[in-house]
Amino acid sequence: MTHENLITALYIFALAAFVGYQVISRVPPLLHTPLMSATNAISGISLVGSIVIAGSGHGTVATVLGFIAVFCATTNVVGGFVITDRMLRMFKRKPGKKDSEK
Amino acid sequence: MNLRVYFIEFSYLLASILFIFGLKGLSHPETAKRGMHLAEFGMLMAIIGTLLHLEIVTYTWIIIGLALGSLLGLALGFWVPMTAMPQRTALSHAFGAFAAALVGVAEFLRHDGHLDKITMSALGFEVMLGALTTTGSLLAFAKLQGMVRGQPMTYRGQNIFNMALLATTVGIFIYLIVFPGSMPLFFAMAGLAFVFGIMLVMPIGSADMPVVMSLLNSYAGLASAATGFVLGNNVLIIAGTLDGFSGFILSILMCRAMNRSITNVLFGAFGSAATSAQAGEQQGTMREVSMDDIAVQLAYAKQVVFVPGYGMATAQAQHAVRELADTLDKRGVSVKYGIHPVAGRMPGHMNVLLAEANVPYSSLYELEQINPEFPITDVAVVIGANDVVNPDARDNPGSPIAGMPILEVDRAKSVVVLKRGQGKGFSGLENPLFFKDVTGMLYGDAKETLTRLVQAVQQA
Repeated sequence: MTHENLITALYIFALAAFVGYQVISRVPPLLHTPLMSATNAISGISLVGSIVIAGSGHGTVATVLGFIAVFCATTNVVGGFVITDRMLRMFKRKPGKKDSEK
Repeated sequence: MNLRVYFIEFSYLLASILFIFGLKGLSHPETAKRGMHLAEFGMLMAIIGTLLHLEIVTYTWIIIGLALGSLLGLALGFWVPMTAMPQRTALSHAFGAFAAALVGVAEFLRHDGHLDKITMSALGFEVMLGALTTTGSLLAFAKLQGMVRGQPMTYRGQNIFNMALLATTVGIFIYLIVFPGSMPLFFAMAGLAFVFGIMLVMPIGSADMPVVMSLLNSYAGLASAATGFVLGNNVLIIAGTLDGFSGFILSILMCRAMNRSITNVLFGAFGSAATSAQAGEQQGTMREVSMDDIAVQLAYAKQVVFVPGYGMATAQAQHAVRELADTLDKRGVSVKYGIHPVAGRMPGHMNVLLAEANVPYSSLYELEQINPEFPITDVAVVIGANDVVNPDARDNPGSPIAGMPILEVDRAKSVVVLKRGQGKGFSGLENPLFFKDVTGMLYGDAKETLTRLVQAVQQA
């Protein structure tokens, strides 16, 4: 990684941290468990790195490590999103009471 | 740059934007589902984009990995009961962090250990955070699942040992940055980080799990972000940072809800024998009340507030709670739920369980909203909660939990505590609430007690 790349990466990191703080501090405690499982699923994005390693043929060891990483990250992503959906479907407003808050 | 590279980068950019929109959707239950669908679509785009990567020469292992991972993910996603949500999340953290650690190891091997200083720094963070989160999360999983005792495991010199372990790991890390290329040292660093993960979670008791879960959440995200620095991949940096900060914000919120610092949670070994000794002797006796008395009180109350805790989760009593609430609601009693931020074993644990039992979220109240309501509440029903309703936190400056915001159920006209037995809670603290005049105790399994209460209320 060159110095210019590092600077760009640090900019992205800082801005993502800022946006993350703004967005996540607005999540109500009601949804903290779905928040955790959703961000957990999103952080399974390391799948992107795993896929390249598993497929680029840099020798057996790298392929095996990449394969295990793809497996773990996919479990993380799929499991995380499925369960977040399942949880969010359960959150219901009182039946018959329409948009009284918001 | 050919068209394919543009497409890949575009898919990553789209994924990053969709992730942010997805999390933004979580600011309200009405928009949350749609937000998650956006995030899922973003993830799909990122995966499709990656599959077109020029470096990929064979797809065999990628496809097998994706298929097996999806199968296990679907199984975990569909069949894990809501009460086991903390365990599942801990396990998922371990999977994600392990993947990040492996990517780091593979990158190191690929370059035969000869990486420039910047990449090596990022890679070191990735492997260390990934490794310690993996084992730490696995131990948290074991504790939550009851495979390992939930009490803090401590020994003399623990903090010094842990500090020394961390210092050694970081020392090797710095050495590797300055003098790159040593395989054995790199694996020693990774190995020590795995050990450190276990050591870090060992002294932490079950009651402090919400903080630990949030911290591990944060570390898993930061490991992904570090992977992004290593691979020069922006979507990894963005997604990892979002996760890292989310976990960090949650840990701070959880600590604030217990009036403790993160260092105190991590190194305080709270809930061990040493702290419970300070609690002091309790005067008076606990008053056991009869089911019928409570039923009459509930049936003729104007307002009833339920306060659930981890005991509700272990007894799987959320459906029984809702039945009782429905029965009361039909009689015209106003029913509310008071939810403490650290009730349960992970942030928002109680909300999810009650939502599972079809309790509308508009009846769930946060600490600040419900506390002013207690003086006008006829009956407060505490279901398997202990520390979060302990008045000592408010009244006794010498208490280990002094200053922790509590649900002030003792201000209600009458309090009923549903409890398994006469023992102390997880923190080992005596709870003066149980000895107050307004308080009546109902011992037994919460689910059974509630079901019997429903019948009793119907006959009242």
